[in-house]
Amino acid sequence: MSAAPLWQAFRSAAAEAWAGGAGALLPLGFFAGTCLLVPFSVGSKAATLSAIGPGILWLALALASLVTLERVFQADVQDGALDLWVQLDQSLSVIAAIKTLAHWCVSGLPLVLLTPIFAIMLQVPADDLVPAMLAYALGGVSFFMWGGVAAALAASVARGGLLIALLALPFYLPAIIFGALALNEGLGGTAILFLAASTLFSLGVAPAAMGAALRLAAD
Amino acid sequence: MQDTVLVKGHQLSAIRGERILYRGVDVEVRGGEAILLRGSNGAGKTTLLRQLAGLSEPQFGSVVRTGDHHWIGHANGLKAHETPRAHLSHWARVWGSAARLDLVLERMTMVRPADVPSRMLSAGQKRRTALGRLLLVERPLWLLDEPFNALDTGGQALLSTMINEHRERGGAVISAMHGDIPIEASREVTL
Amino acid sequence: MISYLANPKRFMSMSSWAIPVGYGLGVLLFAWSLYRGLFVVPADAAQGGDIMRAMFIHVPSAWLCMGLYAALAVSSFVWFIWRHELADVAARAIAPIGAGYTALCLATGSIWGKPTWGTWWLWDDARMMSVLVLLFLFMGYIALRAAMENRQKAARAGAIVAMVGVVNVPIIRFSVDIWTSLHQGPSVLRADGPAMADVYLYPLLIGFLGQALIVAGLVMALMRAEIYRQRAQVLLTRRLQEA
Repeated sequence: MSAAPLWQAFRSAAAEAWAGGAGALLPLGFFAGTCLLVPFSVGSKAATLSAIGPGILWLALALASLVTLERVFQADVQDGALDLWVQLDQSLSVIAAIKTLAHWCVSGLPLVLLTPIFAIMLQVPADDLVPAMLAYALGGVSFFMWGGVAAALAASVARGGLLIALLALPFYLPAIIFGALALNEGLGGTAILFLAASTLFSLGVAPAAMGAALRLAAD
Repeated sequence: MQDTVLVKGHQLSAIRGERILYRGVDVEVRGGEAILLRGSNGAGKTTLLRQLAGLSEPQFGSVVRTGDHHWIGHANGLKAHETPRAHLSHWARVWGSAARLDLVLERMTMVRPADVPSRMLSAGQKRRTALGRLLLVERPLWLLDEPFNALDTGGQALLSTMINEHRERGGAVISAMHGDIPIEASREVTL
Repeated sequence: MISYLANPKRFMSMSSWAIPVGYGLGVLLFAWSLYRGLFVVPADAAQGGDIMRAMFIHVPSAWLCMGLYAALAVSSFVWFIWRHELADVAARAIAPIGAGYTALCLATGSIWGKPTWGTWWLWDDARMMSVLVLLFLFMGYIALRAAMENRQKAARAGAIVAMVGVVNVPIIRFSVDIWTSLHQGPSVLRADGPAMADVYLYPLLIGFLGQALIVAGLVMALMRAEIYRQRAQVLLTRRLQEA
């Protein structure tokens, strides 16, 4: 099995994420907008904000991942590219996982890198930033993998966006829980290990489901 | 390659919803042949082609393919942001093709719009780009779904020539088609 | 037994007597357990007095909604591997009943919780959270099936999401347990703990058995309805094509 198709899958998905109607900026804007609304909805007291800031960032991250995922596979179904991917010798599950990870690199990773700015705005203590970013990166991968399963299932459905959210959100729970705990415990605690384990689990299980769902979407 | 069976569909059936589209269809294609799938709209031409390509699993029956195949579907497979050159170079790399892109583009007379994003191309230009994939790697079987759609006379003549050359090399074509047939078919399957 | 029943004809003849038996026996057992629970057993003041009698609905519904999700996953798996049409008909029938029981479990839990814990809803209780997640899994399953254009696709999509769901349930449950163990609020009463007196346990188990029989009857009735619907559809389209 040559690596060229995998690399091309990554490249084309990343290019599509960049190109598709300000695709990469969309989740960033959504993320920023969500964070912006928080002080207005819960009050601007520094103590309140620093208590809930990390949690708000988790929520914004989870929702922002859903915004991008709708198009990951739906576009492939509509423009016929999925038919070509399905007919490759390579495992469709691996291709699907790589495409999802490419979308994470384009629209999930920038959110992680921007986290410090929003974290400081939301009064999160500066010492917590490194574990927070690590946790957001791990959790983001898990969000994208489960969201990718939901997106693949909803790919053949017109207006699948809300369906994706309904399907994916229960699977976001472990990453949210362990991630939030990891922020309290820091890098020394066990929660970050559980978070990493749940992300690994998603990397192991979700691709098979994505592959099966995409075969269904192509049928 | 002549006379070897490239794809064999045995007792294929398709059910759409609760309705039987067709049943008990046998298709066998050998090198050098061109098979036309005929039938009215909704008769299941596309479905049969997709079953032969392995895209749809038949509810009954089986498909055996002995070699690689090219697929040209209703949708061209182009991304809105993709240029013809990018599209062809992408699939050339995926398939490990050694074909020269500039020659392929020239053959498809797509040199001038080669760097225009496909959302700005006409339907015929998009189709020519998709058909360019046939020239990237040599594959014995071509599965074409209404390939002449959207093509102008020049494009139709070009595709007919490509199909004839492919058959002379021992390749085979299965094509769903309605209306006039610009190619000489060895057999027709009517659904 | 599954492969024996996978034949729709055998299923139809079996279910035609199994459904009334299930309903009849189930209602009898359920009625007896309700009578014991509501009028005979003493109220336990530590569990909120008379309101603890909600247990005889609440606890069986909690077991049933988990059992129904497991059944959904198993029939999805059977359909996905062997493509027994009847397994999909079963999955399709189980989902709405499972969702209903999950909602019932949450509602009775809330009603019981208000006087006992002083609140309708307790985010710190792992069991409540798990059942809530189950409700979302059922709703996602139903919504996905409803969105698919044809039955074959709906069956495949439903099977995938049910199987993905069931492998995730232990992890979700584990994470929720960890979370609640850190947030332990007011002491949560364990109504179904092993220390329960026999006087409560027997009506509870009998009531569960009764409700399980009623549910089995309901599932089979919905399956029959679906089989009839499919047959009617076939006849209708055949007539349309002949016309």
